[in-house]
Amino acid sequence: MILQALIFYLFAFVAVGAGVMVIVARNPVHSVLFLILTFFNAAGLFVLMGAEFLAMLLVVVYVGAVAVLFLFVVMMLEIDFIRLREGFLQYMPVGGLLGLVLLAELVVVIGGYFMAPAVAGTHGALAAASAPVVGDITNTEALGRLLYTEYVYIFQAAGLVLLVAMVGAIVLTLRHREVRRQRISDQVSRRPGETVELVKVPTGSGV
Amino acid sequence: MMLQIGLGHYLTVAAILFTLGLFGIFLNRKNVIIILMSIELMLLAVNINLVAFSTHLQDMAGQVFAMFVLTVAAAEAAVGLAILVVYHRNRGSIEVEDINMMKG
Repeated sequence: MILQALIFYLFAFVAVGAGVMVIVARNPVHSVLFLILTFFNAAGLFVLMGAEFLAMLLVVVYVGAVAVLFLFVVMMLEIDFIRLREGFLQYMPVGGLLGLVLLAELVVVIGGYFMAPAVAGTHGALAAASAPVVGDITNTEALGRLLYTEYVYIFQAAGLVLLVAMVGAIVLTLRHREVRRQRISDQVSRRPGETVELVKVPTGSGV
Repeated sequence: MMLQIGLGHYLTVAAILFTLGLFGIFLNRKNVIIILMSIELMLLAVNINLVAFSTHLQDMAGQVFAMFVLTVAAAEAAVGLAILVVYHRNRGSIEVEDINMMKG
């Protein structure tokens, strides 16, 4: 139990600290790297909660795809990093106020949950490695069983979302719009006389 | 209380991360990339919430939906970064304050 708590606090504090650094880092490249650190620690939290498959998905999808995409874009665009930091403190009061209000609200909600557990339902410790299913099947298997039976239509819709996003991203960033298209009428109206030339080549000299 | 890790601990971490994401959106008014990263942070906080409740309620549906949130976040990042690249190509800047062409 103590080990679990220690690991939780390690992951939680590193995740929150890296989250802060994402926002305040001067260089966007550092921001992306801290975002990757946050994702890794969130994956650790997921493992702690018994959601191994989602943890691996977080590492593969977020760190492997999304964060690398961010890195590509940050390095591809020529950005004046110094100028981007101007006005950082200008928005501090408003942003800080809104952040504090939101945090206070969340604290009230979570605190109320702990002050009156009878109202909000019982609360207990999360089991160390409780796969939230009965039986002895793994987390991945349980997720797959649910995904391909009960949520199969939503699964298809998610695939459609990804397809649309892919097509949209390609269409947006396609640079050359002048694509050579096939023109049937030009092809049909071509005559052999204007395209084929018969040349009498003398012996010993080139064309 | 401190050593018994329960639902509230995970919810607190998620709440802090969500607030950080919101804070980042308001603080970085010049850099769209940081704003996109802040949105990713907020979606991550939502995912932590979903998985925590999934484990707490012993219901797999939360993890299924966390997966869908992950899908949508990936699609959003791809399209958002594509728009950003096109915008930078056209205007030569990614400052938020310059993005006002559609303002009425």
